[in-house]
Amino acid sequence: MKYLHLVWAALMRRKTRTVLTILSVLAAFLLFGLLDGVRAAFNAGGTIAGVDRLVVASRFSIIQPLPESLIAQVQSVPGVRRVTWGNWFGGYYQEPKNQLIMFAVAANYFDIYDDYGVTASMRAAFDRSRTGVLVGATIARRFGLKVGDKFPVMGAIYPDKATGEASWQFDVAGIFETPSSKMRAHEQEILMHWKYLDEASAYGSGTVGWLIVQVADPAQSAVVAQRIDDLTKNSDHETKTQTEKAFNLSFAKQIGDIGLIVGAIIGAVFFTLLLLTGNTMAQAVRERIPELATLKTLGFTDRSVLGLVFFESVLLVVIGGVLGLALSSTLIPAVSAASGGMLELPPIGVRTWLIGFALMLAVGAIVGVLPALRAMRLRIVDALAGR
Amino acid sequence: MLKLRRSLERVSLFLAIAVSITGWIVLPVPVLLGCAVALVAWLAVTRTGHQAAAVTWVGILTLPQRIGASSVIVVGIAGVVGVLVALLALAGGLQETLRGTGNLDTAIVLRGGATAELASGLSREDATLILQAPGVARDAEGRAIGSAEIVVVTNIPKKSNGVEANVEIRGVGPQMWQVRPNVHIVEGRAFKPGLREVIVGRGARAQFAGLEPGTTINLNAQPWRVVGVFESGDAHESEIVGDAETVATTYRRNGFQSVTVRLASRQSFDTFKAALKSDPRLKVDVHTTRDYYTAQSEQLSRVIRIVGIVIATIMAIGAVFGALNTMYAAVTSRAREVATLRAIGFGATPVLVSVILEAMLLALLGGALGAAVTWFIFHDYAVSTLGSNFSQVVFRFDVSPSLVGTGLRWALAIGLVGGLLPAARAARLPVTAALRES
Repeated sequence: MKYLHLVWAALMRRKTRTVLTILSVLAAFLLFGLLDGVRAAFNAGGTIAGVDRLVVASRFSIIQPLPESLIAQVQSVPGVRRVTWGNWFGGYYQEPKNQLIMFAVAANYFDIYDDYGVTASMRAAFDRSRTGVLVGATIARRFGLKVGDKFPVMGAIYPDKATGEASWQFDVAGIFETPSSKMRAHEQEILMHWKYLDEASAYGSGTVGWLIVQVADPAQSAVVAQRIDDLTKNSDHETKTQTEKAFNLSFAKQIGDIGLIVGAIIGAVFFTLLLLTGNTMAQAVRERIPELATLKTLGFTDRSVLGLVFFESVLLVVIGGVLGLALSSTLIPAVSAASGGMLELPPIGVRTWLIGFALMLAVGAIVGVLPALRAMRLRIVDALAGR
Repeated sequence: MLKLRRSLERVSLFLAIAVSITGWIVLPVPVLLGCAVALVAWLAVTRTGHQAAAVTWVGILTLPQRIGASSVIVVGIAGVVGVLVALLALAGGLQETLRGTGNLDTAIVLRGGATAELASGLSREDATLILQAPGVARDAEGRAIGSAEIVVVTNIPKKSNGVEANVEIRGVGPQMWQVRPNVHIVEGRAFKPGLREVIVGRGARAQFAGLEPGTTINLNAQPWRVVGVFESGDAHESEIVGDAETVATTYRRNGFQSVTVRLASRQSFDTFKAALKSDPRLKVDVHTTRDYYTAQSEQLSRVIRIVGIVIATIMAIGAVFGALNTMYAAVTSRAREVATLRAIGFGATPVLVSVILEAMLLALLGGALGAAVTWFIFHDYAVSTLGSNFSQVVFRFDVSPSLVGTGLRWALAIGLVGGLLPAARAARLPVTAALRES
């Protein structure tokens, strides 16, 4: 550490080069910060999954409904604490491009999903109104909705029994804001009463899309899932029960192998970065050979000269890397806010910072090792003579 | 006075950069080619041009001595262009596949307000009314050429990772072969109506496990036999196709998702649409299949494009700094040489031009390398994603020549920006000082 000013002086020797290199490193880590969050979000099955929740859906396809009678049967399976259920509703608001994430939920939905930020008074208002909907804050902002507004939905899967048309009229009963930023994705959702859907829809009554089971003991999840699937075996509604995390993950995986694509891009970025900083360091040492020789003449050991150059390289990468990650962590909320909820980038987590630091040290070390060795092996006489 | 001049120079330099990048993006290919021709002519004919060519040539000859530094430009730009072209090829492939699925000779009818087949529903009476409407083509026996179709989704594992994916099952009417004449059986035979038999698209067979002809698949707990493979060159190749009535029985459905009809002529679309819209018994939306399928890919391909351009822009900024670094180093290492040239009478312009040309040449090399690598790895590579019908759409990366052109444009822009500032420094180099410096 006492040589820090020496390393600093070396970096400031050619300010343009140092600044340009740091900016390149910054760009690489900015990209890493933006993309690693996306990769993590896809691979984690969303950060919003609860450990004690199982999803029961048709084994053949998520679009196949399950009979309402299954609810009571599942409720009586040993190890099941609570059961709730939902149905996809879909549709759009005003224009087809405003597609909605809207589904119908059972009355006890928020007993299990107590992390939505739905307050007791909001829930009471929701329960009082047959046509009430709870709207996520992101969606409410995007469409400028307030509590008490009428909310028309077009093109839902279910036509209204009374009119025969696929347009429905709802009332905004509440706007929820999730308490934790990890749950922010839920603020894109709109929830309506399953009971209302069941009564008012022209078809599909007596069916549910999926069941959510809260198990008494998360360690027993696998056993309970098996019991539920055994229950429906050989019926005309065989089920597949999996943890909420696995269920979310299977959706993410269907979009494509995001992990692979992101990995390939980051790989290309870092390969380039290695070459670029490697070149900078090689240049820096080449230019400074007489200076390094002078240091050695003054009594610096081979080892400390090696350390100086090595540390210079690591410092260069770490400065750029930290700036880049910091920039991406300020950029992400800005982008999410500017897009009005259209684009929700996951915030940078501790994991990304840790991987980022490891990468910075690795890149700095790989890049620094050859120039450092060269500096260590310098022979004072040759170096001073310019040979 | 000197200060003012310096800052004026700086401002004009930034203006030059801004103008050249905008021009680069906006100008059409012929104009750019014209610029290139003009440049070559200038190099070949004028005296300054001769000088510039000579200085550039010396620069190029000394490149091997600076191979490490020069490869930073080449590889850096290859990375940018590779990522850009790959992502744009992904978006382009998806868009082409879906756009190519539709045409102006057929129309699709969905329930009013439905934006995709899966969200639509039509009763049997609706289907009959739709097929009887005016504007529908008729075959030799006078039957309407149209297919009332049922669309469901089933889980089939992907070959690549074993993850269960949503695969579309399409139950079609007997007239399907006339509605979609581009569907050909390439292996096995067609399904027989009334039997639990399906044919699978070429893309579906390649992407999903257990869809070989002769195997049995499980649809809603009932065994169905795969009897053939079809080719259509469009998004239907991602589907499994069987007889509508039999599919409806298996899934206990009584109704359809959509009706696709062949139009008597392209002009009869308006007649057809007007007839359905004015029928009080029907609440439907009518689109040409071209409009319908184009809309299906719009959102996703736009998202991929935006993501690609954002990532490539950030990478490009990084690459510009790398290029600047390299070119500054090149100028510094050649300072004496440049000063000597200036001393024996070469002007500032040839020096300026030669540095820019060198940077752009390296950039072009990098761009070509990036595009070539992408082409070799990704061109025609089949992938699938979750389409708007909540099921997998199989499509191929399409590394088209115009995309390669876009990539090269980016490469040259990066080279230009990376070369301008160092070129200005080279041109401004004080001759005496540079000659004296060791």
